[in-house]
Amino acid sequence: MNDQTMTPEERAANLKGMGSSRKRVEDVRFTQGKGNYVDDIKLDGMLFGDFVRSPYAHARVVSVNKEAALALPGVIAVLTAEDLSPLGLHWMPTLAGDKQMVLADGKVLFQGQEVAYVVAEDRYIAADAVELVEVEYEELPVLTDPFEALKSDVVLREDLEGQTEGAHGPRKHHNHIFTWEQGDKDATEAVLAEADVVAEEMVYYHRTHPCPLETCGCVASMDKVTGKLTLYGTFQAPHAIRTVVSLISGVAEHNIRVISPDIGGGFGNKVGAYAGYVCSVVASIVTGKPVKWVEDRMENLMSTAFARDYWMQGKIAATKDGKITGLWCHTTADHGGFDACADPTKFPAGFMNICTGSYDIPTAYLAVDGVYTNKAPGGVAYRCSFRVTEAAYFIERMIEVLAIKLNMDAAELRRINFIKADQFPYQSALGWEYDSGDYHTAWDKALKAVDYDGLRAEQAQRIEEFKAGKTRKLLGIGLTHFTEIVGAGPVKNCDILGLGMFDSCEIRIHPTGSAIARLGTISQGQGHATTFAQIIASEIGLPADDITLEEGDTDTAPYGLGTYGSRSTPVAGAATAMAARKIRAKAQMIAAYLLEVHDDDVEWDVDRFAVKGAPERFKTMKEIAFAAYNQAIPGLEPGLEAVSYYDPPNMTYPFGAYICVMEIDVDTGEWEVRQFYALDDCGTRINPMIIEGQVHGGVTEALAIAMGQEIAYDEMGNVKTGTLMDFFLPTAWETPNYTTDHTVTPSPHHPIGAKGVGESPNVGGVPAFSNAVHDAFRPFGLVQSHMPHDHWRIWKIANGLGLHG
Amino acid sequence: MIPAGFEYHRPGDIASAIGILQEHGDEARVLAGGHSLIPMMKLRMAEMGHLVDLQAIEELKGIEVGADTVSLGAMVTQHELITHDGLASAIPLIREAALQIADPQVRYVGTVGGNVANGDPGNDMPGLMQCLNATFDLSGPDGNRSVAARDFYEAAYFTAREDEEILTRIHIPVPGAAVGQAYEKQKRKIGDYATAAAAVMVGNGTASVAMTNLADTPVWSEGASAALASGDVEGCVAAMLDAIDPVADNRGPVEFKKHVAAVMLRRAIDRAQSRAG
Ligand SMILES: Cc1cc2nc3c(=O)[nH]c(=O)nc-3n(C[C@H](O)[C@H](O)[C@H](O)COP(=O)(O)OP(=O)(O)OC[C@H]3O[C@@H](n4cnc5c(N)ncnc54)[C@H](O)[C@@H]3O)c2cc1C
Repeated sequence: MNDQTMTPEERAANLKGMGSSRKRVEDVRFTQGKGNYVDDIKLDGMLFGDFVRSPYAHARVVSVNKEAALALPGVIAVLTAEDLSPLGLHWMPTLAGDKQMVLADGKVLFQGQEVAYVVAEDRYIAADAVELVEVEYEELPVLTDPFEALKSDVVLREDLEGQTEGAHGPRKHHNHIFTWEQGDKDATEAVLAEADVVAEEMVYYHRTHPCPLETCGCVASMDKVTGKLTLYGTFQAPHAIRTVVSLISGVAEHNIRVISPDIGGGFGNKVGAYAGYVCSVVASIVTGKPVKWVEDRMENLMSTAFARDYWMQGKIAATKDGKITGLWCHTTADHGGFDACADPTKFPAGFMNICTGSYDIPTAYLAVDGVYTNKAPGGVAYRCSFRVTEAAYFIERMIEVLAIKLNMDAAELRRINFIKADQFPYQSALGWEYDSGDYHTAWDKALKAVDYDGLRAEQAQRIEEFKAGKTRKLLGIGLTHFTEIVGAGPVKNCDILGLGMFDSCEIRIHPTGSAIARLGTISQGQGHATTFAQIIASEIGLPADDITLEEGDTDTAPYGLGTYGSRSTPVAGAATAMAARKIRAKAQMIAAYLLEVHDDDVEWDVDRFAVKGAPERFKTMKEIAFAAYNQAIPGLEPGLEAVSYYDPPNMTYPFGAYICVMEIDVDTGEWEVRQFYALDDCGTRINPMIIEGQVHGGVTEALAIAMGQEIAYDEMGNVKTGTLMDFFLPTAWETPNYTTDHTVTPSPHHPIGAKGVGESPNVGGVPAFSNAVHDAFRPFGLVQSHMPHDHWRIWKIANGLGLHG
Repeated sequence: MIPAGFEYHRPGDIASAIGILQEHGDEARVLAGGHSLIPMMKLRMAEMGHLVDLQAIEELKGIEVGADTVSLGAMVTQHELITHDGLASAIPLIREAALQIADPQVRYVGTVGGNVANGDPGNDMPGLMQCLNATFDLSGPDGNRSVAARDFYEAAYFTAREDEEILTRIHIPVPGAAVGQAYEKQKRKIGDYATAAAAVMVGNGTASVAMTNLADTPVWSEGASAALASGDVEGCVAAMLDAIDPVADNRGPVEFKKHVAAVMLRRAIDRAQSRAG
């Protein structure tokens, strides 16, 4: 077969473009242990940094004595806030408009806070020296409860004393950070006052941590001869890091090269800037030698960005037949010692105002109060778009609570309140314009797939058996219909540190018809090198296998805001398609020239331009590529390259229907997921296999979060879950089987209709698991119980309901 | 997670190992599989100048299955306990319990001697050995002696073993085919220590019951064993609940642990009874 005899379908299949379950090109190196991570980087004369961290959650730092540490052979320096302050680097700005200590400046605000940075010739010497630094602390009263913090006389942030105005408006108390309000308060209160039914509940989404397998780290390398600083690191946003480093260090931006090599998972943990980066850069500038810093697992869990910790007080109003009329939510957000949330500037509570979910709720009000406590800073989007998981969990719990109040089936309650397909684009009461959706179709498909009625019948029978003493296991059916908001975002309302959240792609076609593309994003396991090549393959008709994808080097890649919040496909994926279309437009002119016809007389056909009405007269993309380099074409520049910076007109709104069937042992609190069905609608599907992989991974993280994973503190502010013995990270053993399914409702404003999928499973999975636990106990009177649902907390539910006899 | 510096020794026989322990006193510690000791060193909760690796000592290896007694070398790995067919037919309880320890990677290197010598209340083998009424052989500067598993544990990380003694072999009486055996363990996830675990033998008018991670030592209860031997299951459970003394931790509060302890024990008894001949 050749170009002449293959059908268009065969030619399209050969490209392995969009829709192909092309194998991940990254896996060749990853499965052979040939990845290149930050800790694999070894430079000549490299030094090692390590931190002295505070054992206390709140204390004054009375003194730091470095003498014994400096006396240890091989120790180069011990940095404290005093050393950094002449450079103005003892504090750094956070992404949330606050500032954060790089090294303890007189006091510490959370356990594990960085107090001193030791630089040594050897990693082991650095660790030994950390032990030798003597720090004298004077303990202060500890606040771990945000509600207490708002009442307490104890001032956590003395540096802000007297400041009644914060980055996001007035501060009501010395431990208060901001109030963020959306929607119509008066109208919502009026609806609540008049409603047939109001269900009210406190929904807590506990503090957890993204816990990527690879922890955070960097290698800073200052070349004193060229004046160039190269910074390798686990950065989810390498360009933004370059700009931030330039702004805070004073090194000109063109003299900084940031490289994100292979990254072993990020999940939001690697978006922010950490003390380790600043100290390593300073140490490298001072010593003129490369300095490596890589945190260990315990440091990662206790000091780098946590996620969630939202106390969401909700009220939901409905008519007596179940039509929702209003939603009210007040959230108390525990941000820890510094406000270092990674959200777009104008959204101090992220996109929490997506909390009306998949439902047509005419009136709603949301207020979020951010609070300082003696916990680690962070509040990142752990495999979700900014605070969307919290929002989805809140509304999906409130729906269940309302169903209980109405004595109604929760699936039916959802169905009668979904936004209808013909209501899109839909304007939500809290300010978003949902781009597209068809929730009823997805919901019906999901319920049918799991035989919902059959499951309810089985559950009813199980309850009878339980009451008759024939079994000690209950059956829970966890329902979720989630709507996400991803792809931040339109520059008019989304920026980080003033940088608009567009993204970019540059494509260069080589003379022989292969290509390289570079993006402003960075894969941390998502498979960009595989999927973005597929977009290009479909758009310009070159095989995906002939397209190299490169990300993460700021010297070569176009500027972009990085990968988090499911923004890569919605934003950089769109830029990729747009850049490819620019190339195709030029290719059309080249083809017309070669075919000696007018530009308008050729048409695109999979991998070629053919003369309209004469398909046997064509030029393939490969031929066109060569011509671009070897022909002098009148009116056209040589070469075949394009770059696109894409500012999305709107967010995208992926959605899905998840159903979890869980067996629960009331005597031990043990649980087993018998079935998990995940239907995702992420618009156009680029690589179904990668989508499935993303769903498996995301649901597994959701399982962890819902069923045990937490960052817990005792009343002294000690982290109780600082190792993987206590912090639940599921292995293959705990991971259930998943059934994946889909519907396809393309995004109308995205060039290829894709919406993003990587985070949906975490967003939808958490309420599905949690609702299953709640549902199992619903017949015995349970309304609300907080996650994580580990054995003893499930046991406590059963015990509280009198099920232990 | 970087340990402090240490000297590494790799003696070829028990006598030289004891010699090194004598020379360095409490500066030295023996190293078996390292899967309890090395994490402690990385956390700098254990710091020692000298590690005496037992890997090269042949005398500490091997499983011998006799008609009345099974003998396990201290350096037998947990993996070997699982894969040894003769052992599985002589005392099936050992395989059943070993399969509940950690994960395969840990079991390939973690040893039975290290597990019982460690003295961590979370370890599964000490309770198991008490249930089986094993004896531990110790060699030290003053010669050899044997200590019953039921007398070995004093407090968390404190055992009857002297610092300069090495645990060499474990001897276990073969319970006989008529005795049903079962090990029940509740844990939060694979690789986790027990929330509560129960080792039970019952049959032939005898019984033995021990539990794990419910006090600062394993708990073998004479009263609980006697009650079960006489067929009084609830008496057995009551006696055991009296004997345990769990503390609250991330696995849950005391009340929960006591409840789960009773559930594990009843389940183990049920299963052991169903297997009794
Ligand atoms: C992730 C993980 C999960 C685990 N889960 C479990 C579990 O569920 N249940 C369980 O029981 N264990 C568990 N363990 C512990 C594991 O079984 C260890 O292997 C075991 O506790 C110690 O055996 P070792 O051979 O590794 O001993 P080492 O770590 O080498 O030694 C432990 C201690 O015993 C001393 N010692 C060792 N051998 C001798 C000897 N012959 N004479 C005198 N002293 C000696 C050492 O000096 C040291 O103090 C887990 C470990 C890990 C890392």
